[in-house]
Parts: sequence; structure tokens; C-alpha cells
Amino acid sequence: MEKLLEVEDLTKTFTLGSVLSRVKITAVDDISFYIKPAEIFALAGESGCGKTTTARIIMGFDHASAGTIIHGGKKEAKNEKVWFTEGIQAIFQDPFGTFNPLREVERYFFETIQNYKLAKSKQEAIARIDAKLRLVGLTYEDLAGKYPSEFSGGQLQRISIARALLTDPKLIIADEPVSMVDASLRMSIVNLFKKLRDELGVSVLYITHDLATAYYVCDRIAIMFRGDIVEMGTVEQVLMTPKHPYTQLLRASIPEADTSRRWQGEIKLSDTETDEYLRQGCRFAGRCPLVMDVCRTTTPPDVIVEGAHVSCHLYADYANS
Amino acid sequence: MEEIILKTEGLKAFYVLDVYGKQKTVKAVNDVDLAIRENEIYGIAGESGCGKTTLLKTLAAAMEPPLRIVDGRVCYHIAGADVDVSTLSQEEIRRLRLEYIAYVPQGSMSVLNPVARIKDTYRDFIESHISTQQRDEAFLLAKEHIVELGLPPKILDAYPHQLSGGMRQRVTIALATLLKPRIIIGDEPTTALDVVVQRGVVQLLKDVQRKLQNTIILVTHDMGVHANIADRIGIMYAGKIVEEGSTDKIFGDPEHPYTQYLINSLPKFGDKTPRESVPGSPPSLANLPPGCPFHPRCPHVKEICKQEMPGFTQVESNHKVACWLVGEGEHGKAA
Ligand SMILES: Nc1ncnc2c1ncn2[C@@H]1O[C@H](COP(=O)(O)OP(=O)(O)OP(=O)(O)O)[C@@H](O)[C@H]1O
Ligand SMILES: Nc1ncnc2c1ncn2[C@@H]1O[C@H](COP(=O)(O)OP(=O)(O)OP(=O)(O)O)[C@@H](O)[C@H]1O
Ligand code: SF4
Ligand SMILES: [Mg+2]
Ligand SMILES: [Mg+2]
Repeated sequence: MEKLLEVEDLTKTFTLGSVLSRVKITAVDDISFYIKPAEIFALAGESGCGKTTTARIIMGFDHASAGTIIHGGKKEAKNEKVWFTEGIQAIFQDPFGTFNPLREVERYFFETIQNYKLAKSKQEAIARIDAKLRLVGLTYEDLAGKYPSEFSGGQLQRISIARALLTDPKLIIADEPVSMVDASLRMSIVNLFKKLRDELGVSVLYITHDLATAYYVCDRIAIMFRGDIVEMGTVEQVLMTPKHPYTQLLRASIPEADTSRRWQGEIKLSDTETDEYLRQGCRFAGRCPLVMDVCRTTTPPDVIVEGAHVSCHLYADYANS
Repeated sequence: MEEIILKTEGLKAFYVLDVYGKQKTVKAVNDVDLAIRENEIYGIAGESGCGKTTLLKTLAAAMEPPLRIVDGRVCYHIAGADVDVSTLSQEEIRRLRLEYIAYVPQGSMSVLNPVARIKDTYRDFIESHISTQQRDEAFLLAKEHIVELGLPPKILDAYPHQLSGGMRQRVTIALATLLKPRIIIGDEPTTALDVVVQRGVVQLLKDVQRKLQNTIILVTHDMGVHANIADRIGIMYAGKIVEEGSTDKIFGDPEHPYTQYLINSLPKFGDKTPRESVPGSPPSLANLPPGCPFHPRCPHVKEICKQEMPGFTQVESNHKVACWLVGEGEHGKAA
């Protein structure tokens, strides 16, 4: 099987706190996954579980503490970031943070064009910018001479997608690209990903909290919890018949756009984020309704249950089968 | 019927810009009449860039140039009397923020000072809002409140950049609801949270609302959140509220063509059939089409739609729509 991107045993630790009360957090703990060409792969899960950290390392913005990343058959080498990340473009979570408020938005486009030598004349550059903007429902005219403050959050997000498309990337890393836009625009953005996949063979690492759009557009999905991938498989497997208790909680918490199916009962949030990170055994043990003694002491095995990867003691029997 | 706690009348709030010597007017809030009731959760949904944040800024009296109210008014109902916000002094508005209205703006990072620890941000907030004697108590309350939100008290020692996006958002919400305001205005307060934490935050907002018997005005793109907690919903398009009704009506029986597109674009589990978004692109608020602003994208457009903006038709006691298709011949402005 051809793989566009492979992440192997990736680990990232951060140190928090002052000199006296130092805690080490393993933000990403030994995770592995791959993305095929022309595939939309979702990375979902808890806020603060390490999704952005993973994306930043793939993008070369941050160093891994351990593990490797293989992209286009090449292993990452510390001093050769440029060719390594070639063909990868990113879209980030906060469109307000992507652009400097004192710079005209179009300058970002011209900068990318210059950096990648994508056009010979200003005319050609504008034509390219306009073509990419049209893919997201805007035009060059809409943006010429304007500053970020003149756009809404949703508009800025579409603008950053258009900018990412300038270099015709093979892989787009989209970190919560739809969280700031309306439902209809969400649909147009994920439909755009679909189109890029089906017509241009582009792959997308789609990091999101919107599991309904993930179900709609993705091929496979990984569910992360506190630095671990706890479940991974096709969206059908993972979202329609979730196996891991955390995935089940996640699935049950999705607010349905249906007034007859409002949330029932109350849920318990984690005591503290860092405590769960530091927990021995399964990190979900503190909140899991099905917790067993072994969960509190031993790291759960990674097993295959009905085709999906699951990391949970409940499925220990599958380990040998 | 519940008392009205906040209302707008013919409110127009525009960004008046000077572009290369030419005046440009962005009509972000364009003739909006709202009547928000005490003790309700009022949801606002609408297209990205249609003016929701701008509307909230005017409601919270948090406007900055080039945004200004060009017509109409915003009234708070305080202690039995209507108070026109434009008649208040800066100092009075600052006090109102403490006792009356809490505003959680869009983009939580902007509220938290990036170079200060969370506890310093809290301290600044408490010091600017609370008398000396009560400060210690307030700080304890703050800690309690943080724990209630599922956040570790330890984060008080952290800098914003050390927190994940979700964590920052929750800290901001904790800060804003600390002083038990009568109205909480939240602009996308659960955006960027995972659905479990989102549910926890919404649960908390709801608890706060039940306890304080106050009002929440909530803007979110997450229609699932609206379906779960809103009592009524206003749908905004191009600076106008085009439909308003009970949450059941908006989801079950939307009548405005824009609302229908919005509701139909929601994906459902177990159903991968291609879904469409609204055709065409949003109108420029600096250059609105004549008549109904939705007419260039509307599949049902009629001749009159291109010429005149329809007023509201009251289709039911709790449901009004501004569209020429609905309730023909009775387009006076419904109250
Ligand atoms: N520079 C940093 N220093 C210290 N801790 C960090 C740093 N960056 C991230 N972390 C911590 O690592 C963990 C993972 O953060 P990350 O931003 O990757 O989560 P995420 O899954 O993207 O969350 P969200 O869904 O909220 O965007 C968090 O606990 C966060 O506080
Ligand atoms: N400071 C400003 N100067 C000029 N125009 C502005 C300014 N702020 C916002 N606008 C414009 O006003 C319109 C409404 O913006 P607003 O932020 O209120 O939209 P919104 O409905 O909140 O969008 P979103 O859903 O994306 O958050 C947009 O067209 C935007 O470009
Ligand atoms: S008024 Fe006309 S153009 Fe506007 S939404 Fe109704 S039918 Fe469509
Ligand atoms: Mg993130
Ligand atoms: Mg907004």
C-alpha cells in the first residue's frame, strides 16, 4: 500500500510549571498512523489531546521528542525541513491569529508566490491568486487592499485555505478549518476537500471537533485522548459502532441538530488535564463507566476489534486472536 | 409573557470607512428589531460575515470606531425602566459590564493577556471590578468557579500559550460569568472545544442561567448547540434578522429560503449523500443588492424581491419571517 505520510511512534513532551513544581506532560505519546494518497484522514478527540502538536511536528514547526515521520518516502532530517515539508500546506484553527492585523491580506499571497516562485509577473500572480480564491467562493477583487480586520472569521478562514492552495500541495493539514464558519460554509469547505481529493488526488489531514462533517467527508479517523490514539478505523467503524468507552462518550455528546434529541443527563468532566496526562494505566480510567482494576495500573493493549484499532482493556481477548 | 430585558429598535450599526479618500459603508447591522426576554436563551445563527459579532458588540455597548450606530437604539431594561444605551457615559457603561451584562467576545486569546499568567488576568479583572474588601472572597470564588468548569486551579499559574485552545476558551468563560451578570452574551463560546467539553460548558452556562434566572444571548455556528439549549432563535442574513421563532419551529419548519438552506446543509450520521451549501456567494455588506438581500441566491425569487425588502410576517405567535413568499399581502412590520 502506498503511503503519503507515515507517523511512527511519535512522542512529544512538554515541561510545565515553575522550577519547584515542574511537571512533564507527554502531549503526544507514542502514536502511529499513516495517510494514503487521495485520502481524507480525520484526527479528532479531546481538546488538548495533542492534535495540534502532532500537526505542528508534521509541518516541521516543532521537534518530536521521539519517533519518526516519513513523507513521500523520505525520513525527516532535522536540517532539511524545506524539501521535507514540500507539498504540505497548513490551515490553522484561529483565522484571527493567522494574519497580522497591520498587513494587507493579499501580501501573504504574494509572499507565498514569491517564496515558491510561482509566477513570473504580477499579472500572472494575480491570476493565480484569483483562481485559488474562486475555489473558496471569493475573488481577488474582494481582498485587494484590505486588512484582516475588514473580514469576518469565516472569510479569513476561506482566505487561508485559498492561500494554502497556491502551491498545489499533495497534503493539506487542516487544523479545525471549519470551527469558525457557518454550517453551509462548513459543507462547502469539506465538499472542497472532497473535490481536491477526488479530482486532484490531494490528501487532507482533517483535525476537527465536528464529527458530523468528519463522518460525511473522511475515509478514516483516529480518536485521540490525552496523547494516545484510543481508536482508529474507517469513519463507519469508529463513529457508527464506537468500541472505546471514550469514543462512545464522544459520540453520545455530539449535539444533534434535532430538538427532539437533546442531551440527556449530565456529564462529568476531567478533574484536571495534567492529572489525566500523568495517570498510570489507561488515562480514561478516572472517568470510564466500565473501569476495571487493571485499567488503573496497566497500559491497555492495542488490539484490532472488528477491523478497527482499539486501545482498551475491555477488548484484551482480541489480543491473541 | 416574560419581561423584555433588552431590545433594539430599527438598529443600524455600520462600519464607516475611508478608503483612498472614498467613503465606504459596511452595513453590518441593518435595521434590526430584537426583543430579548428575561430568563431565556436566545440563539443567533447566520452566515459567516453577516454581522452577528457586530450585532453583539452593539448589544454589549462594546463598539469601537469605525463601527457606529447610525440609526435606531439599544435599550436595557434596568430596575423597571428602559435605558437607552447611547445616553450612558463611559463610566456607567463600565459599571454595567459588572452588574448587568457580560460579553464573551469571539476568539478567546484576545481577552487573555499573552504575557500575563492567568491569575494576573483574573486579579486585574477583579481589581477593576470589585471593591477592596471583597477581593479575597472574589478570588476564592474565581478558583471555585474554575473547578466547576472542569479546569484545574493550577492553570492560574500558566500563561495562555501553555494552554490548549480549548482550555483558553474555558478560562475566558469562567472569567466572564464570575460576576453573575443579568445578561450573558456569548460569541461562539464553545467553538474549538471538543464535544464532551462543549457539552460541559453548555451545561454550566445553563446551570448559571437557571440559578441566576438570567438571559443568555448565544451566537454559534454549531446548530446542534442551538437545538440543544436555545429557547428561541433568530436567523441573520446580510445584517438583518430574516426569521425568528421557537427552536422547534426553526429546525422543524423553517420558512425563509436561507434558513431552509442552512438547516438542510447539516450532515447527519449514517447519511453520506452529498449535501449542498447555499448557492452563490454572500453579498458585500458595502454594496447590498436592492430589495431582499437574499434575492440573487434565492431559488424562489420573484419580481418584487428584487425591488423591495419584505417586512416581517407573523406566521404564528412565536414565529416571524421576512420573505415575500410568506404571508402575501400582509407585509407590515410585525411587532
Ligand atoms: N508550547 C507548549 N508548552 C507547554 N505545553 C504545551 C505547549 N503546547 C501544547 N502544550 C500542551 O500539550 C497538550 C496538547 O496540546 P495541543 O494544542 O496539541 O492540543 P489539541 O488537541 O490541538 O487541543 P485543541 O482541541 O484544544 O486544539 C495540552 O495539554 C497543552 O497544554
Ligand atoms: N473593523 C471593521 N472594519 C470594517 N469592516 C468590518 C470590521 N469588522 C467587521 N467588518 C465587516 O462587517 C461584516 C460583519 O462582520 P461580523 O464580524 O459582525 O460577522 P459575523 O456574522 O460575526 O461573522 P462570523 O460568523 O464569521 O464570525 C463583515 O463583512 C466584515 O468584513
Ligand atoms: S423575499 Fe424573495 S428573494 Fe428573498 S428569500 Fe423570499 S423569495 Fe427569496
Ligand atoms: Mg488544536
Ligand atoms: Mg463573528
